[in-house]
Amino acid sequence: MAAVTMRLPAARAPLDSSALRGGEKHLVAPGDTITTDTGYMRGHGTYVEDDKLIASVAGVVERVNKLVCVRALKARYNGEIGDIVVGRITEVQQKRWKVETNSRLDSVLLLSSINLPGGELRRKSAEDELAMRDYLQEGDLISAEVQSIFSDGAVSLHTRSLKYGKLAQGVLVQVSPSLVKRQKTHFHDLPCGASVILGNNGFIWIYPTPEQKDDEAGGYTANLEVSP
Amino acid sequence: MASVVLSEAEKLYIVHGVQEDLRVDGRGCEDYRCAEVETDVVSNTSGSARVKLGETDILVGIKAEMGTPKLEKPDEGYLEFFVDCSSNSPELEGRGGEELGTDIANTLYRVFSCENSVDLKSLCINPKEHCWVLYVDVLLLECGGNIFDAISIAVKAALFNTRIPKVRVLEDEEGTKEIELSDDPYDCIRLNVDEVPCIVTLSKIGYRHVVDATLQEEACSLASLLISVTSKGAITSMKKVGKGSLDPESIFEMMETGQRVGKSLHIALQKILDEEENLGTSRAKVGFLG
Repeated sequence: MAAVTMRLPAARAPLDSSALRGGEKHLVAPGDTITTDTGYMRGHGTYVEDDKLIASVAGVVERVNKLVCVRALKARYNGEIGDIVVGRITEVQQKRWKVETNSRLDSVLLLSSINLPGGELRRKSAEDELAMRDYLQEGDLISAEVQSIFSDGAVSLHTRSLKYGKLAQGVLVQVSPSLVKRQKTHFHDLPCGASVILGNNGFIWIYPTPEQKDDEAGGYTANLEVSP
Repeated sequence: MASVVLSEAEKLYIVHGVQEDLRVDGRGCEDYRCAEVETDVVSNTSGSARVKLGETDILVGIKAEMGTPKLEKPDEGYLEFFVDCSSNSPELEGRGGEELGTDIANTLYRVFSCENSVDLKSLCINPKEHCWVLYVDVLLLECGGNIFDAISIAVKAALFNTRIPKVRVLEDEEGTKEIELSDDPYDCIRLNVDEVPCIVTLSKIGYRHVVDATLQEEACSLASLLISVTSKGAITSMKKVGKGSLDPESIFEMMETGQRVGKSLHIALQKILDEEENLGTSRAKVGFLG
């Protein structure tokens, strides 16, 4: 009945360079020379030594006219306006929540950027400020869209649409943000009865498709109000 | 212990899944994650092992040194455990890690307090004067849930890998004893690890219990039972951890599960250790790079 498997560790086989689609991606490791041509301007992730442009992070080389920069493969999430992210509330402050989105700074969700439960639209009053914890608590997961970016790089989120808001029962999977491509829709319904939200910050939320009772959680879903 | 913050809905989801014998990563309640075991990773120790159980990463090094036997057991050697958790996370550095470390070390002492687990008489050189002391150092590299099980597997693998040099006691005419270490590095004694117990942690989630809980599952469980089981299914020690309470009937159920799972664990571990041994010198050492 119990399944216990063990295995011996195996070293990762070094990738044959011909296996990579030639020319499409110029991957570099820290210390690799990108170019010896001095006509280029150096961007993020590079430095100049002995008239050579050397990479300081492991990633993909991006060239825009005369600017050369290296975009790291395993980096924290850098917000862009319009991205969809899945985040976890870490703090409840005076008029906003701090959301952890695997970026350099905690993202901010202002009280004025959420929809109140019930969908009513009104100016947030002092009572709403005191009742903030009733809407979103520490540890809650939300799906939101990036509204703007502060000057220090912190991202400001908003949930002003019915498809965003607090997430109910499901599973969170964390991957590197560079693996999630920017596409038209990030909300997908799979035919097996599960739905997926692919956050641009690398947080992927898998949950049972609502209005569809399947064995796992359909019958037992606790009636947690999804605040829109 | 390091833990993750989960929302109430996530915890509920995990609990409901466990009721149906379905865990978040697709395992059943009695399945372990796939473990990677490698021995002889640290070259200047008498024996070492590294175990990766999912996210949890443990490194164990054993050094055999000569010392004086304990007063109450003059013809036996002994084991000393030391656990270091400081490399795991900033909150475990300094005082916080020390508490967890001593907690784990005390548990290991209890587990190995059973007389037959390690043949301590074979560690004796001269009764009342010299004996081998095995210093077992455990390094917690990464905590991904279920550290006790991983530590006990690593300790067993390291003991299997330990090679203690053979010594001869020469007696002079005046009666002074001299200890001579054999010159041949391959001339050594190996320990018999058949009776070494392994810890099985059973966490109570909802009304059922699971084996090998991840960090998220540990956040949902209020109480756990640590059972140390030998390869024959004998229980050597038991410890309850956690803030919640356990019903005596559920304790019996958990004990039975622990015995069953423990036996499979020992079989799998012995198989992999023998496989590694058979590869001999042709084994490609992975270590920490690769």
